[in-house]
Amino acid sequence: MLTLENLHVDLGEFTLDATLTVGTGRKVAILGPSGAGKSTLLAAIAGFQPATGRIAWNDDSLAGRAPADRPITTIFQDNNLFPHLTAAQNVGLGLRPDLRLTKADETQVEEALARVGLDGLGPRKPARLSGGQAARVALARALLRHKPVMLLDEPFGALGPALRDEMLGLVRDLADETGATLLMVSHEPEDARTIADEVILVADGRAHAPVPTAEIFANPPEALRDYLGR
Amino acid sequence: MARGVLAVTRTTGAGAAALALVLLLAFGTLIAVALRAEGAGAFGVADWAALRFTVVQATLSAALSVALAVPVGRALARRQFRGRAALVMLLGAPFILPVIVAVFGLISVFGRSGLVSQALLAFGFEPISIYGFHGVVLAHVFFNLPLATRLVLQGWLAIPAERFRLAASLGFTSHDIAQQLERPMLREVLPGAFLVIFLLCLTSFAVALALGGGPRATTIELAIYQAFRLDFDLGKAALLALVQFALGAAVALVALRVALPSGFGAGLDRAVTRWDANTPALRALDAMLITLATLFLVLPLAMIAVDGLPALATLPSSVFTATARSVGVALVSVLLTLALALPIAAWSVKAASKLIDGIGSLTIAASPLVIGTGLFIILFPVTDPFALALPVTALVNALMSLPFALRALVPALGQVEADYGRLAGSLGMTGMARLRLLWLPRLRRPLGFTMGLSAALSMGDLGVIALFASPDTPTLPLQIYRLLSAYRMDDAAGAALVLLAISLALFWAFDRGGRVNADA
Repeated sequence: MLTLENLHVDLGEFTLDATLTVGTGRKVAILGPSGAGKSTLLAAIAGFQPATGRIAWNDDSLAGRAPADRPITTIFQDNNLFPHLTAAQNVGLGLRPDLRLTKADETQVEEALARVGLDGLGPRKPARLSGGQAARVALARALLRHKPVMLLDEPFGALGPALRDEMLGLVRDLADETGATLLMVSHEPEDARTIADEVILVADGRAHAPVPTAEIFANPPEALRDYLGR
Repeated sequence: MARGVLAVTRTTGAGAAALALVLLLAFGTLIAVALRAEGAGAFGVADWAALRFTVVQATLSAALSVALAVPVGRALARRQFRGRAALVMLLGAPFILPVIVAVFGLISVFGRSGLVSQALLAFGFEPISIYGFHGVVLAHVFFNLPLATRLVLQGWLAIPAERFRLAASLGFTSHDIAQQLERPMLREVLPGAFLVIFLLCLTSFAVALALGGGPRATTIELAIYQAFRLDFDLGKAALLALVQFALGAAVALVALRVALPSGFGAGLDRAVTRWDANTPALRALDAMLITLATLFLVLPLAMIAVDGLPALATLPSSVFTATARSVGVALVSVLLTLALALPIAAWSVKAASKLIDGIGSLTIAASPLVIGTGLFIILFPVTDPFALALPVTALVNALMSLPFALRALVPALGQVEADYGRLAGSLGMTGMARLRLLWLPRLRRPLGFTMGLSAALSMGDLGVIALFASPDTPTLPLQIYRLLSAYRMDDAAGAALVLLAISLALFWAFDRGGRVNADA
């Protein structure tokens, strides 16, 4: 269970507060108008954005810990892959950040690439991968990191609708297989319907407690109504 | 948590250590100098003359360079012609040109038996001499007119093209455009350009060594060298070193208040379309200016090739041993530059502090001769400084390259961290893994440029080595200077050609190495 208690981010003009819990294995979409602080919330959980208050995974407090030492793996909006490393190396970083991989490690990398449908593409560099393939490489790495929480910050924003649905399906399958807890920022309400059990609404400087997806769309609160335009 | 903190400490620690070493070399040597200077005699008449000459030649050189750069830069900014890109690239060349090589080329053109004098003789005039005040200024203009032109050109191209379109649609004449668009830009660009060049002329020892001298054309740095090498008067050398430092520091303080331009700006390869300048008279004027500037730049370089090629076959072996020595010093200097610049850049980016690389860049005002004097005073009681000539030269050369290295690396590293810092952080890539797998591969281009620049600068250096070298371990530039002093012009020409070729080749090889196969 992910717990945020009196989480507070202060960026001068802009502040964000959150007190909420996300159950283990839940898939949660984070929705809200642009600039409301969706990405800031993820950054605070991941450890990139200094924040006060309590962040905990089960009984394990995460405050003050470096991003890599948190039980979290993140897929970013862009720059998920190092362009100078091959797909296999990019995935291998998930096992060993210094890339000193053993034979067994390399086998794991190959298996992870195969799992996301990139069999044999390991030697390619990102410039020779399509947008969808690059996203799959990032997912393969997230898979190998074996972290119980996966954060996605609008990861498929640059992909077309069909490809995006495909990727969301893959994310859902991977999360189901590994039992990972998923938090995904999106500006597409459809994404939430596709993948999320629950929705966290971020608006007016607050991240609200998660609400079941069907419920929130059936009876949207005012901030969400404004955002959705209906 | 422990790993994160450790990584921060490591970056900070390495950066602080590198910066401390830089400060120690730049200012610690000064303390050594100051302690030594106490016993020195008063500042004599000759010393006042040296101070006056230093300031006057630097002022005049900077003023001339900047004044000439305005019309040349304007011509380049508003004309598109074949070879324009090559000419703009050539404007960057003097920066990595060994001073002694350029001096040789200038002597071939403007010297007593040079091209200009021969033309004058043919028409019955007296030949001209390149030695003394006007020679020093001429050489400084040769080096800095291209730099000033690039800076001014940058300023011109930074004016949005829409402004010129607006001006054209309003029927502005060239005079109106000068008033409304160009002068405001020049008011911003020129003070910085003047200061940079003034600073460079203040600490340019090799030009004064080769073309100056005598009571009326001795700079302070040359006076330090003479007090040191000729009289072995350490007290006097120390006193002069303090004056040189005070001068550099004073200018650097002024420079801190003026935004210094960088001069490495990309995107100079286009011209602005101008509707006001399409008159035959202005076209002819610009064509003439561009031709003259090109000749001024190219002729001395061409003369090195013309004079040097025939001499290559008969070069004495001492030139080749000196070449090997210089290449070795240059390569060590490249490594030292990186060893200093990378930690300082990393610290600066991590702490998001401009002050850190600002301090690292202070050595642009430091004088290698002053640092050399200080090092000599420190080393003298402990060991034989002359035996350490080559390592000391490599180190001081690295220090002199540092400001340019930081200027190339800090923004690039900032961009790398902005783009990939979070990804690397989320994967736990810290310390050596971050250096090896993120920084070095992503910084290939600026690293290649930095290595090329520092190799070429070190290759051509004729500063500390002149102070320290014993007769049997000269570097190539020092060997050329000795050949010139001995009037062995053929050998000097051949050696100058070798030095030029190797300097350019080193720059090209490193810079190119940073570009090929670089992943976008």
